[in-house]
Amino acid sequence: MITFEGVHKWFKKLHVLNDINLHVKPGEVVVVCGPSGSGKSTLIRTINQLEPINEGRLVVDGMDLSDKKTDINKLRAEVGFVFQQFNLYPHLSVLSNITLAPIKIRKTPKKEAEEQAMALLERVGLAVKRDAYPTQLSGGQQQRVAIARALAMKPRIMLFDEPTSALDPEMIGEVLAVMQDLAKSGMTMVVVTHEMGFAREVSDRVVFMDAGVILEEREPEAFFKNPQHERAQQFLKQLLSPMH
Amino acid sequence: MLNYHFDWSIITSGKYFEWLVSGVKVTLELSAISIVFAFVLGLLLAVLRMSQVKPVRYIALAYLEFFRNTPLLVQIFFWYFGSYKILPQAVNDWLNNTNFEFAAAVIALSIYTSAFIAEDIRSGILSIPKEQMEAARSAGFSYLRSMQYIILPQAVRITVPPLVNQFLNLAKNSSLAMTIGVAELTYQARQVESYTFKGFEAFGAATVVYLVISSSITFLVYQYDRRVLNPHKAA
Repeated sequence: MITFEGVHKWFKKLHVLNDINLHVKPGEVVVVCGPSGSGKSTLIRTINQLEPINEGRLVVDGMDLSDKKTDINKLRAEVGFVFQQFNLYPHLSVLSNITLAPIKIRKTPKKEAEEQAMALLERVGLAVKRDAYPTQLSGGQQQRVAIARALAMKPRIMLFDEPTSALDPEMIGEVLAVMQDLAKSGMTMVVVTHEMGFAREVSDRVVFMDAGVILEEREPEAFFKNPQHERAQQFLKQLLSPMH
Repeated sequence: MLNYHFDWSIITSGKYFEWLVSGVKVTLELSAISIVFAFVLGLLLAVLRMSQVKPVRYIALAYLEFFRNTPLLVQIFFWYFGSYKILPQAVNDWLNNTNFEFAAAVIALSIYTSAFIAEDIRSGILSIPKEQMEAARSAGFSYLRSMQYIILPQAVRITVPPLVNQFLNLAKNSSLAMTIGVAELTYQARQVESYTFKGFEAFGAATVVYLVISSSITFLVYQYDRRVLNPHKAA
């Protein structure tokens, strides 16, 4: 579904992605973690080409991103992206946020798009907020709407870039629950997160990055019980007891 | 003591009243049409000015600088007295059968004001967080569609106060069209003054009408902003 082969990326002189090789199978849930500045956000942003790669090969859902002829807008329509800061459209109601892309890009009739949007809002538990505007919602509610907005395009892959990092602690659970539900439905997901509970319970694989390099890539149980790499051991130790 | 004998009756009824009313109509028409053109042109220019393609950006910049930095009166004279010299005969024949003064005034006012509007809208676009563009692009919208559906609607909302300024300037600047013979309000007020020597009354009436037009524009735009653009803030 997603294949990185020897992918490199530089920001000026900074080598942010260094020889990335990674394969994500259909239906798999992969969690990417690592210290800040490790390149994990850049990695996930290359998958829908919010960040173009400089070297190597990247194939997403059969489309080769290194090929200039690939229609990038078509690819992005198949890949849902959820941001740390939600990025809902503030001038549109919750319902219009969700229906805009299906109506304009997929040419779904308005009525049908609205029915589907309502079904998605039910699914994330926010049907009553259909006419609200983003500024009237809490962070957790905004992120659930953002997930519904991404799902409205019926994507084949969902990408999450630190979806709970901007949320108050009591709102993290509601967003993770929606993501867990989505993972159970068989969606292919790549999730950048520090929520180790989510990684342990929901993911099929954990990828640990540092300084632009993938240092470990293992099943969650094995990774958490017995991290191989020294940097991963340090990282987990700090995550579990930040005071020490 | 004042020797001047005020006589408002000559402009509140009869022939001179009708002259002024027809002037008001022309002023309203000229302003309304030019505001629409100036706004659409301004939107387009603002987007071109931010294009990723360098030549497009520079052409838009040249347009802006050119029309922002020359006097409106010169531009009106240019379109009226100058442009027909370089146009094909067929176009001139057609123009002579239409209301060419009016058309030249609309062109000059729209183009001149669009340059200012474009800069206002551009500053509005720059104030929208870049994450909005990312969200739109990652949903599969092209650059221009992202502008159309997501960035511009937000930018225009922010730009409402400076836009009102530009609309007001345009409505008042429309009085310059009298110099090429457009029979708008100022033109008619001067006609009335020439025939009656009642300058205070004629231009006093014109002043009041301009005030009413300007306040109406302000009122209408802010109502539109509150009711249509930002309905959730009105509640």
